Parts: sequence; C-alpha cells; structure tokens
Amino acid sequence: MKQQTPLTITGGQLVLPDGMQSGGIRLVDGLIEQLGDVDAQSGDTVVDARGQLIAPGLVDFGVFAVDKPAFHFGGITRAAVMPDQSPPLDYPSRVKLVAQSGKPDFWVHPLAAATKGLAGQELSEIGLMKAAGARGVATGRSWIADSGTMLRLLQYAAMLDLVVVSHAEDAGLSGSAAATAGDMATRLGLPSAPAEAEALAVARDITLAEMAGARLHLRQVTTQASIDLVRGAKARGVSVTAGVTPAHFMLSDLATAEFRTFAKFSPPLRSEEDRQAVIAAIADGTIDVIASGHDPRGPEDKRLPFSDADPGMAGAETLLAMTLNLVRDGVIDLPRLIRLLAGNPAALLGVNAGALAVGQEADICLIDPDKPWIVDSAQMAATAGNTPFDRQPAQGRATAVFKGGVQVGL
Amino acid sequence: MTSTQSSPAHAGLVREYPAGSLAYPHRDLLGIGQMERHEILFLLDEAEQWVDLNRQKTKHSDALAGLTIINAFFEASTRTLLSFEIAGKRLGADVVNMHAATSSVKKGETLIDTAITLNAMRADAIVIRHGSSGAVELIADKVDCPVLNAGDGQHEHPTQALLDALALRHALRERGHSADDFTGLTVTICGDILHSRVARSNILCLTALGATVRLCAPPALMPAQVDAMGAQPFSDFDAALEGADVVMMLRLQTERMEGQFIPSAREYHHLFGLTKERLARAAPDALVMHPGPMNRGVEIDSEVADMIGRSIITRQVEMGVAIRMSALDVLTRKTRQVEGWA
Repeated sequence: MKQQTPLTITGGQLVLPDGMQSGGIRLVDGLIEQLGDVDAQSGDTVVDARGQLIAPGLVDFGVFAVDKPAFHFGGITRAAVMPDQSPPLDYPSRVKLVAQSGKPDFWVHPLAAATKGLAGQELSEIGLMKAAGARGVATGRSWIADSGTMLRLLQYAAMLDLVVVSHAEDAGLSGSAAATAGDMATRLGLPSAPAEAEALAVARDITLAEMAGARLHLRQVTTQASIDLVRGAKARGVSVTAGVTPAHFMLSDLATAEFRTFAKFSPPLRSEEDRQAVIAAIADGTIDVIASGHDPRGPEDKRLPFSDADPGMAGAETLLAMTLNLVRDGVIDLPRLIRLLAGNPAALLGVNAGALAVGQEADICLIDPDKPWIVDSAQMAATAGNTPFDRQPAQGRATAVFKGGVQVGL
Repeated sequence: MTSTQSSPAHAGLVREYPAGSLAYPHRDLLGIGQMERHEILFLLDEAEQWVDLNRQKTKHSDALAGLTIINAFFEASTRTLLSFEIAGKRLGADVVNMHAATSSVKKGETLIDTAITLNAMRADAIVIRHGSSGAVELIADKVDCPVLNAGDGQHEHPTQALLDALALRHALRERGHSADDFTGLTVTICGDILHSRVARSNILCLTALGATVRLCAPPALMPAQVDAMGAQPFSDFDAALEGADVVMMLRLQTERMEGQFIPSAREYHHLFGLTKERLARAAPDALVMHPGPMNRGVEIDSEVADMIGRSIITRQVEMGVAIRMSALDVLTRKTRQVEGWA
C-alpha cells in the first residue's frame, strides 16, 4: 500500500547512525522527508512517540521462512531469505516470486542459491537471479566442500557485485554432528564435532574471497578461533563481514542439557569461552550483523531424539529483546545496536534502508527499550514456537512498525 | 513408620537408607547421571536377595504377579533383552517383548506415537532400548509408568553399570576384600569409548562409588573432555594398565574396524588387545571384565577371557538378571502400594 498522507512521529529519541537525538521524523510518499526538530503540518497523521526510540525498521539478514506476523512483532520490516526453501531458490522465477511475497507491508530480499539444488557442485544462474531480485548469493545451510567451486563462485559473484553468504563449517569434520565436542556432548553421548570445524572453513573462505576480490559474509561466526581470523582479515583490508544470532551470544552448550532440541542449532552451541568471544567480537566491531536466523519448526521436526531433530529456532520475535541485553550490559550502545540489526545488513543487501536519513525508505520501528515481557512459546506470532528462551523474562520490544510510511499491524 | 530401612544385604554389609521411597525417589531409571551414590548402593543391595534367589532350584517370586512389563527394543539386542525378560518372569510379571527393528519404525512422531500406544496398553513398567541418545527420556516424558533405560544411543546403559558394580563387589568379597564401595580401586576401561554408553554409565557409577577410572582408546574413539567426567584418558594401553585392579574391555563394532576409525582389526589387537602378556602389567590378580558380546582375538584374547579366577565375564551376565530384578521391584513398589512407597 502506498503512503496516502504524510505521517509525523514526534517526541521520541531518534537512533541516528552517529548518536541519539531527541525529536521526530516526518514521512512523505514512503520516504523519510525530515528528521530532528520536526513539526507536524496540517493534514499529517501524527504519532506521539514519547518515551520511545524512533529507529529504522530492522533488516533481518538470513532467515529461513517468511513469517510476517513474527517479523512485525519483532520490529523487522525487511528480511534476506535464505535459498534453503522447498524447492531451493536456484531458479530465476522462484527468486522473483519470493522477492514479491511479502509486499506491501514486508519486503523480502532473496539470497540466491549459489549452486544448483544447493548441492555444492554446479553454479546456478546467479546473474539471471540477480535480475529477478536476488540481493546476494548464499551457500545455504551447508558449506561448499570443493574449494575450486567456491573460488569460481566468489569470482563470479564479485563480477556481479553480489555478496556471497557462506555457512562456514568444514563438513568433513562436522559430518552428522549434533553438538560441539566437549564435556556436554560427551556426557550426553551426542555425535559431536570439534569447534575448529568452523575456523577451518572461515580460513578457507577468507583466503578464497581475498583471491577473488569478492565480498564475503560469514553468516555465523561463533568461536574464538574464527573470530580471530575475521579480525585479522579485516585488518588486512579483506572485504569480509560476519554475523551471529542471539543464540550464540546468549547460550552455551549447557543449554542442551536434558536433550533440549530447542537448543539445537547449526552451527551447534559452543563453550562458554566461545560465547564470551562472540560478545567481545560484537563489542569491538568484528561482528557486523546480528540476525534472527528465523526458522520456525513444529513438533514433527523438534520433538525427536536430539540427533534426529532439525536445528534452528523461531527467532524473529526475540531478536530485538535479546540484542538489547547487550546494550544494558554495556557491550554496545543504541546506535551500534541499530547498525547491527539494520544498517549493516541493509548495506550488505544494497538497499536504501536501515538507517534514519532523509531520502531513505520510510521503514520505521518504534521501540520501548524497557518494556518487560515474557517469552512464551505457546503464544508466539511465528508459525511455530521453537525458542530456547521460552518462559524467560525479556525486556524491550517494538511498539509500532511502519513500512514505507504506512503503519502495519502488530 | 521408621525413619530408615535396611536392605537385605549380606552379613556385614547392612546399610541404612532413607525411609521408603526416599531411598530411590525417582519414577524411572534413566541414567546413572541422575542418581546419588546412596541410590546406586540401594539398588545394588536390593539385588543381593535376587542373586540368592537366582541360585536356588526354584527361581521364582510372586512379587510382581499381575503386572505387565513391556520390553520395547528399537535396536537389536539378544542378551539385554533376554536378561530383562528373565528378570520380569522370575518376579512373576507378565512380560511382553516388542522388537521394533529400527528400519521399520520411522523416526519422528512415530516414536512418540509408539510411546503413547504402549502407555495406552497400561503397562506397569516399560523397558526401552533405542539407538538415539536421549530417546528413552523422550518416551518417558510421554508415559505414566516407570521407564527403564536399557541403552539409549551413546548416552547411558545404567543397568549394565549396576550389574558391573555388583559383579565386581561379589568378586572382591570372595577375595576377602572390603567391597562396601570401590574406594582405592583403579579400573581401566579400554575400547571404543566414543560410541559406548556402557563406558559412560560405568564412568559415572564407578567414580560415584569411589574408584579411579582410566580410559584407553585410540584418539579417534576417545570423546572430548572425559576428564570433566572424572576419568583419566590414555592412548597407550600399557600405561593405562599399569597397576590397574580391574580391566574392563569394550566391544569394538565390526564396522569401525575397517579403516574409518582404525586401520584394521589385527592392528587394533596389536595396540589395544588384552593379551595375557599385557594383563601382567596390571595389578597381580587383576580382574577382567567385558560387557559382551566379545570379539575374541580382537579386543580380548580367549585365554584372558576364560581365565579362571580372573575373568568375571560370566558373572556379569549372572548379576545382570539380579540387577534388573532389583530395578523392576523397586520401580514398581509405588504401583504395588508397598508400605512407604505408595
């Protein structure tokens, strides 16, 4: 729906890229027209944002399902969807369909499958999929084992100026592992893989991206060793970015006790030391993106023995609240929170959103950063309630969301 | 009601336990990891009466008469299934075996559905073996009766650890040693530790009873951070054997002998097989154990497996029946409204 009347939001705290500012924002014709000391003009719809943050709508980078109610609940106005769909996004017409699937009140940016069928062997029609709306290319849930294929992919994507989103886990080591090797996996008797499986893959992908001059985004870096590799590569000027989901900065493998399948992830939860390393990497800027990895899974996928259960969590609704924990703990400030959740992912996708600036798309999220609530898997807006944070108190949530200047239902 | 109870243990070993069901305050027997030391000892002491009964000509009790026990085995088993079946029958229960080959039972809801189905048949206890770690707990959550874990994936096999402890206790007692617990005893467990639920349950049980546990395996078959469980890892079998009081050998699955984890069975025997010569490194008169079935000539030589006075492998099998009788008796006391347990 096109914005019909101008909208003025007043009296809030603007979360700008470089700091906080009291004021408001005026949205006209789906774009941000004015920021700061804003007065409503006659005929404007006026929203009072007293006591709330005015932030750009969140851009969720790398989700597995388009689950609009859950995204709106979480203050998310755009999502980059992974190619791991059924069938995979390895064909231009499928990409085109997905690119339009959320409009008008939610925008989906497809990530094209790097290889046909996500099998990791033959390159898919990346150029045609870009023309159909793909905003990046992804290896999917698994890595590309063949280094030659990965290099050719990176070179091809560099030519098309598309970011390559990699799942960095050496499959030779990780195999069918369900957990990270360590005390917990040993006690539970779970098939496990050493955490180094990630660092090996990160090292290879960085090396190949450097050779190809490609933009590489590691969707999840979760260990000290792989974070060190990313930090080093960035210092050398390699075009590499890294992401993580709240699971890996909120939880360690202790959460898998009693075979809790809601705490099964890919990559699996790590040691407490690695969790601390992730937090440090968010603090020092090594990690650029925090995303939900939204992957709603019903009981048929989760109410199984741990090894047989599918990984993943329905994360869209808890993304903001969990990341706000980092602000309360003094790890990051609010402008940085918004860069992690909106600005940086929007830049990776090359879309005109994710920051409050005149001329940007009027995707706005009002946030009450202190509002207390309880995560309840039975009451979630997502299509399934698989959250490891069930019954936990959370603080902070979106109170209103505007897509292109039009308010969407929460 | 008294505040304590004593178990019918052998003379000189009568221990006092908390009253009634406080001696074993769990509905299920899922793993040694969930048990306190005194609960382990309680199940061992309770088994003594069944050891005695099993050595009589008439091996029968009516303790569980009228109760139905279902042995639901989702993974192939001969001896454990047989042992549980004999245990249930000697206690007078009606025992039914459900042998669901893993291939025919689909994963997923089917497992939960199977549990619900078994529950609807009003079993009084369900014994479950399943190939996935945690599967027995998953089923236990869905049923109303006591559940006994007869082995879940690579996680736990609690009755095996208990029967091993009972066999060890009897062997030590016959030698005139104190067998109240295993303080001061060094036990070396050698074999495929990584894939072994027997090893995990035994580490927990033996350390809870005071023993020092050494583990020996090639690196590819040793799980990470076993020291956090209280065991000492070795890859040199000779070093692991040095002065050990008990040597417990584990079965090496045939499919793991062919290049994936170790180059060959004969090379495994060369490095990790228990021979008479190797056994000499252990303490004089060291006991030899094996949960069976054995690969003779691979992890253990016949002359060691059959060594009279040293090998207690057949006694382990004998104690298995008594331990399972003990567990079935204790877990059904609430149903049977035994005083202090109802």
